[in-house]
Amino acid sequence: MASRPTHDVPTREELLRRTAAAGWRAGLRTIFRVVRINLKTPRMVAVALISTVIAAWLQLLIPVLLGRAIDQTQVLTAGPSEAEAARQALWSIAGMVLLVAVLRGLFTTAQNYFSEMVGHTTGYRMRLAYYRKIQQLSFDFHDQAHSGDLITLGLLDLDGVRMFFSTSLTRMVLLTMLIGIGGYRLLSTDLVLGLTALSFVPFVAWRSSVTQLRLRGTWLELQQRLSVLSRVMEENLAGIRVVRAFTAAPYELQKFAVASERALDLSHKRVDLRVRNTSAMNLSFLMAMGLVLWVGGNKVLSGQITVGTLAAFLTFMTILQMPVRQLGLLVNSLARTSTCGARLFAILDLAPTIADKPGAPELEITKGELRFENVDFAYAGGGRPVLSGISFSARRGETIGLIGPPGSGKTTIAHLIPRFYDVTAGRITIDGQDIRDVTVSSLRHAVAVVQQDVFLFTTSLENNIAYGDPWAQESRIASASASAQLHRYIQDLPAGYRTVVGERGASLSGGQRQRMSIARTLLLDPAILVFDDSTAAVDANTEGRIREAMQEKAAGRVTIIVAHRLSSLMHADRILYLEDGRIVEQGSHDELLQLGGRYRALYDLQVRPKGAA
Amino acid sequence: MAEVRDSDRREAPSDSLRPPRAVVGSHRIEEQMFGKVFDGRIIRRIWQFVRPYRFRLALAVAAVLVFTATQLTIPLIIRHAIDSGLTEETGGRTALNLVILVFGATILVNFAASWVQESVVGKVAENVLFDIRSAMFSHLQRVSLSFMDKTEVGRLMSRLQGDVNAMQEFLETSVLSVGDIVLLFGIIALMLWLDWQLGLMVMMVLPVLFVVRLFWLPPARRAFMAAHETNSVANGALAEGIHGVRIVQSLDRQKVNFTLYDDKVRANLDAHRTAARFAQVMVPIVDSLTGIAMAVLVVFGGAMVLDHELDVGVMVAFLFYIQRFFDPIRALTLQYSVMQRAMASGHRLIEVLDVAVDIQDAPDAEELPADMDGSIEFRDVTFGYNPGQPILKHLSFRVEPGQTVALVGPTGSGKSSAMSLVHRFYDVQEGAVLVGGRDVRSVTQASLGGQIAMVLQEPFLFTGTVEENIRYNKVDATHEEVVAAARAVGADGFIRALPDGYAQMLGERGGSLSLGQRQLISFARALVADARILVLDEATASIDSYTEMQIQKALQILLKGRTGLVIAHRLATIRDADKIIVLQKGELIEQGSHDELMEAGGPYSQLYNFSYASFDDIRPQDLPGAPAGSDT
Repeated sequence: MASRPTHDVPTREELLRRTAAAGWRAGLRTIFRVVRINLKTPRMVAVALISTVIAAWLQLLIPVLLGRAIDQTQVLTAGPSEAEAARQALWSIAGMVLLVAVLRGLFTTAQNYFSEMVGHTTGYRMRLAYYRKIQQLSFDFHDQAHSGDLITLGLLDLDGVRMFFSTSLTRMVLLTMLIGIGGYRLLSTDLVLGLTALSFVPFVAWRSSVTQLRLRGTWLELQQRLSVLSRVMEENLAGIRVVRAFTAAPYELQKFAVASERALDLSHKRVDLRVRNTSAMNLSFLMAMGLVLWVGGNKVLSGQITVGTLAAFLTFMTILQMPVRQLGLLVNSLARTSTCGARLFAILDLAPTIADKPGAPELEITKGELRFENVDFAYAGGGRPVLSGISFSARRGETIGLIGPPGSGKTTIAHLIPRFYDVTAGRITIDGQDIRDVTVSSLRHAVAVVQQDVFLFTTSLENNIAYGDPWAQESRIASASASAQLHRYIQDLPAGYRTVVGERGASLSGGQRQRMSIARTLLLDPAILVFDDSTAAVDANTEGRIREAMQEKAAGRVTIIVAHRLSSLMHADRILYLEDGRIVEQGSHDELLQLGGRYRALYDLQVRPKGAA
Repeated sequence: MAEVRDSDRREAPSDSLRPPRAVVGSHRIEEQMFGKVFDGRIIRRIWQFVRPYRFRLALAVAAVLVFTATQLTIPLIIRHAIDSGLTEETGGRTALNLVILVFGATILVNFAASWVQESVVGKVAENVLFDIRSAMFSHLQRVSLSFMDKTEVGRLMSRLQGDVNAMQEFLETSVLSVGDIVLLFGIIALMLWLDWQLGLMVMMVLPVLFVVRLFWLPPARRAFMAAHETNSVANGALAEGIHGVRIVQSLDRQKVNFTLYDDKVRANLDAHRTAARFAQVMVPIVDSLTGIAMAVLVVFGGAMVLDHELDVGVMVAFLFYIQRFFDPIRALTLQYSVMQRAMASGHRLIEVLDVAVDIQDAPDAEELPADMDGSIEFRDVTFGYNPGQPILKHLSFRVEPGQTVALVGPTGSGKSSAMSLVHRFYDVQEGAVLVGGRDVRSVTQASLGGQIAMVLQEPFLFTGTVEENIRYNKVDATHEEVVAAARAVGADGFIRALPDGYAQMLGERGGSLSLGQRQLISFARALVADARILVLDEATASIDSYTEMQIQKALQILLKGRTGLVIAHRLATIRDADKIIVLQKGELIEQGSHDELMEAGGPYSQLYNFSYASFDDIRPQDLPGAPAGSDT
């Protein structure tokens, strides 16, 4: 594997810039892709859109009917029969109004409900796809991605895409219908009056689109400023002891005031922007209404149209008002969908660098032999080789210690065995099988790493210990935690193994957390067990007892120990001393002491500190 | 790809019928979201924050009233246009033109009122929000540390963000609600005035809507809450999946987690479905009621016009009013929920604002003189976080100016508490802590803090550059001073090696640096602070031996010429101290220099001979004379 696919994980800002620069073509592509996902529920989409069309059409019938009713009342009542006919007509018009209103209500309900559900179903699919992708993407991706950004993507951006159908697509259909049919009706009834009535439409549509886009821009900026503000507060509260220790409250309050002022300032600007817009839109609408009243009134006076028609025009206008104002929201929503979608798809389209080869077999453990053959490694894009020419092997029952200064590559070796990363050159085999040729799942069942940073899940202690095998029997959980020297402590807790991590009562110390992580790994009884500097916070005594407890099982597996503390690995069968990614010394503890090299120097430094006799 | 094949879904190993011992995400029961509708006490407290803006607020309310009045007037003007302008006998074109002029004037007033109303309300609400937040934040700077210890940061953050936002929403909608109420009653009054019989008939639908909404609201709100809650549960699970992804992958838990996550997301989808049904069921009801009102108007109003009992303009005005009818009712019922939410939030805000400030400067507090001798003395100090459970018992010792004293003892012996008392993070229950010969309670906290530099066990770095972190609140420290401090503690080398050197931005909590490096930066920060007294809690976490050496050197530089009180874990640090104080269960059991204590052959020498790497490793049963205890 000479050229490895590298993840180019963009930061949020980069993504923002990228999507802004990508232009409307890319935006349209993103939107079409969202539409395609919406179309996975074709029946709901169809019902929603058809209901939208019908509801709009029904809504536009109402002013016509009302206009007709008013005209009926203006019938010159020459005789009782005409009056009676007019009354009859009023009854039937009233019936129609009621029927149309009820039907419109039902279809609007269908429109809203189904378009919302199309969105939620899309959201559901996207959430699962996103979650799956995040879980699949390899360590190299997660090394570069900010977890906060990934969470924002999964919440806010996903929401932006979810909302697309109801805020963009349905609204677009509704607007087209209302403005199209409504406009046609108005213009065909009376061209001049129709044009007057519609005169507010272009202005409001333009105003509202421009304003919404500007509001969106300032919104993103405001979020940025608010996140600075909340970071200032959050860091202050989390680091309150430092703040107090340095009597830095005035300084911190100053920081807060600056961040707060910046956010408030922009909030005010946004209020101004919004208010200017709504007031102007209102005014232009009301001005158009005044004009209709004046032009229409004159037309009624000259007998060109009836009072009913004028009333119908006015009612049309009130109906049109809302959707036209919403044009801006539509534009905003389209912009939002294309940026959010672009960001989300950028992640969903990534392929994990560590994946099974097609038809890869399961790893088979026979002799239990691990072998590094001339392994080189460099992080993607990092350039500098981290490991070069590492070769060693370990048989079942053996313990290998890895030691060396920071950055010498110890942890990298620990990470290569379960294939958190792939080697750049050379190969790693287990019982002769290249680990890249077997399934990742079977490999990781055979190789377990106790990682440096302990991550415990907010669930019970037993769930945490059984994390790798949720079907484990209680007895196995107890024995794993006993080996990790935790059983007695957990038993003494009021809720025992059901105590929830992180809540009051189980705020574990650093050492206890590491032991939890050890217990979790021991439960799996792996063929190859790797401790990646994972006993640093465990005291030497307890570490010794853990070692004793593991003794029996250790005969059946390969144990790799990465540590800073010599006492953690002095007992290993072989110790590899690493420097700059190379093995510079190796042998047993005694051999290395005899050698009098770097290991010896470290031993003198740690075990016999200066001044000690 | 953004698709999910059904076959992918349930692939959890089925080797057992038992459900797995597994969950994704966690869900703490959320805080009470709704409170009483009205709580005078809360309103009064919040009013303090609104008070500075009361004149602007009054202006806004006036604008709202004017705005509503113009809204009510417009249909009336239209009525006049139709009734007097459209028939020649009542004036014709002249009357129409006059009416149009009035209309024009009205919409100008409407424009101005709408501008004032929205702009003033929006800004005042924002200001109040920021004021409340600011008051809370500065209060939190003064409340006792024991409160901060007990309270999770996340919880406080939700006060500072979610709860203040709820108050802002409340304030904004409250003013607008005034308009809604006036609009509703205005419409009712005007319809009755125009024609009371027709008005009554049309308004029959109003009580129906009220009753329907009354029954609808509680279950609907439950459905909305369920959607909201299942959503945050699912989001919590996503966040956990992202944070713990390395463990998930290394323990090969993806499939189990995916199934569990699917359950949560599906539950949220179901909750959204129910909520959508509740939200949408109101639409046809409101539309039907509007339809009924219009039908009634058409039949009865129409008949009245035919019989010349009613002007057609009135009928048109009624049409306009009917269409506006339901908006205020909808807004007002929503306001009910907003108020309940605001009361619940307000309650929590007040709780924070009312947390007592235990540690305050005495009224006659003096400045701790800058030329004080730098001694520290504990005089018969008894202290505990909970009365009746003393952590320190009658502790007395003295640190001479310039001396370094190491506090040693097993976990829980009271070392950290003793250290906190020097800075007066807490007040003693009995006895006194003296700094420079003065009781810490008799001097100002600012002057006391100015003389003490502290290094905590866990180095805490802020987002910002390396330089900003070292300088911290000593804003007048020059770049040269910062560099000198970094060089003195041996941090200069790795800082220069960073891509941007001293200007390197540090991520969250200094994430990109190793623990040892963060430790050195926190040393440099203490050095820049340049105080007479240094209180230091040595890191327990093991750092690689190379950095460790560096830190030992840095420590000596830091302590040079200062009075030092060090909670020591490393043998090297302990040995170098001028005096060692051995604490056990809050009591001083031995003190003296290393050599003296070794010679005395007491507990310290026995401990030393156990040759632990760190004194924290001491198990209680190893302590001389201690009863055998548990191994934790």
